[in-house]
Amino acid sequence: MKKKHFEGRHLVEYFMKTIMRISLVFVAGALGLILWTIISRGIPSLTWDMITQVPKGGYYMGKEGGILNAIIGSAYLATGGTLLAILLSLPIALYLKAYIGDSKWGEYVRLSLDVLWGIPSIVYGAFGFALMIAFGVRASLLAGIIVLALVELPIMTRAMDEVIRRMPADLEHAALALGSTKFEVALRVVTRQMLPGIVTAILLAFGRGIGDAASVLFTAGYTDRIPTSLMRPTASLPLAVFFQLGSPYPEVRERGYAAALILTIIVLAVSFGARWLSGRLNRYTVK
Amino acid sequence: MDTHIQAKDLNAFYGKQQALKNVNIEIPKNQITVIMGPSGCGKTTLLKTFNRFFELTEGTQLTGEVLVDGQNIYDPDVDVTEVRKVVGLLAQRPSPLPMSIYDNVSYGMHIHKLKKNRAEYKTAVRHYLEIAGLWDEVQIRLHDPATSLSIGQQQRLCLARGLAVEPEIILGDEPTSALDPISSQHIEKRLLDLKQQYTTVIVTHTLRQAKRLADYVIYMYLGEVVEAGPAHEVFNNPQHKQTRAYLEGQI
Repeated sequence: MKKKHFEGRHLVEYFMKTIMRISLVFVAGALGLILWTIISRGIPSLTWDMITQVPKGGYYMGKEGGILNAIIGSAYLATGGTLLAILLSLPIALYLKAYIGDSKWGEYVRLSLDVLWGIPSIVYGAFGFALMIAFGVRASLLAGIIVLALVELPIMTRAMDEVIRRMPADLEHAALALGSTKFEVALRVVTRQMLPGIVTAILLAFGRGIGDAASVLFTAGYTDRIPTSLMRPTASLPLAVFFQLGSPYPEVRERGYAAALILTIIVLAVSFGARWLSGRLNRYTVK
Repeated sequence: MDTHIQAKDLNAFYGKQQALKNVNIEIPKNQITVIMGPSGCGKTTLLKTFNRFFELTEGTQLTGEVLVDGQNIYDPDVDVTEVRKVVGLLAQRPSPLPMSIYDNVSYGMHIHKLKKNRAEYKTAVRHYLEIAGLWDEVQIRLHDPATSLSIGQQQRLCLARGLAVEPEIILGDEPTSALDPISSQHIEKRLLDLKQQYTTVIVTHTLRQAKRLADYVIYMYLGEVVEAGPAHEVFNNPQHKQTRAYLEGQI
């Protein structure tokens, strides 16, 4: 009855476990390395001025100023894009659940969303840019928000869909038995039950939106000013990272890492905030 | 006998499998009707045809009519939400909605817009919780999640919630089978108290419960109604060999 560690099935198990552990180390290591790089290189340049000032005259040659323009710009872009995406995603996800279900049409919709998910964001940017030219619109906050919403739409909808599909049938039937319409079930019961998961889906999309450089490159443009109107161009953090890292001045390149660090901190803060929020929203859900 | 629900030539299919075979029955108003029979005899299926829950299962098909107050509820003009407002359901296992105790009861009243203002809703919530015998236990925690209640309390909450939409008929699909004996007693007592005002149809697989509750009995076997009649007649003097065998515990 003794364990034979190096025979047959036990050997296979041992082997597989080792592989899993190695990949875990790789993943955790990569994350650690990324964080280490942006923290160690970003911290020295992360001054108070960085987050409270817009670029001054000589900023791009290493003189004073900061990237408040990009921080505010990204906040506007990602928040606007995410809100717009919610307005489209939630109804699609609820419609899929309430009326289409797992039918053939449902599968087509899901396939389309998956394809959209896979399209690189530069393509969305180019698409938005082509439309803007056709309509004679300049790079602006509004254009950036719309294109970001398109980038976020498939990931948000599919994430919501996966959550909402797990809705317990008992609960749905309980609401139907009281004479609810399918819409009332979707709005008053499904959304409430699945709120924590829906918040996670929104967050996932927000994370993709705020970190995306390619889609806002042509559509939102870049400017040293804080945007005051939807029709004006705006800076964004990913592009701030991109432009500064490409600079010949070492000080500016270091500031690129600081910008990356700020972006990471924002994403982490939003993640933890949403975790905390969905913990609170859990109160009424039926387990 | 004053008929409230009537099934006419009812046939129900899950795919190719026939679950109800030519069912013709009449269910009396303001009495407790118990549908009994061995597992898989179609009793739950029959119950589900009364509030149009049968069609929620994919690949099902139904022929025939179910009349509630003389109106065929399968008529294309009939609004299914109205049917389910009139015909309430107490499910096998309580499933509270993901909201507070208070909101669980007021939910149905809200969607049907039964009350005019907040004060009326408040009074009504209390009223139905009292009828369900739950008020004393929950009055200080109305805004706690409904899931914080015990299973037995949840089932009484589901009863209050169902009554709050002002139905005429209560269907019970083995409503006590998931509950402990004390909680089952509670539910049975409520159903007996309410039978003057509501037509109640209960599916049960326990003969003793059937005997405690029934005014009228339907005995089913293999998708067919074998025997139906007033409880004392069916229990004391069953007409069919089948029914007798079941009552004697042979099936």
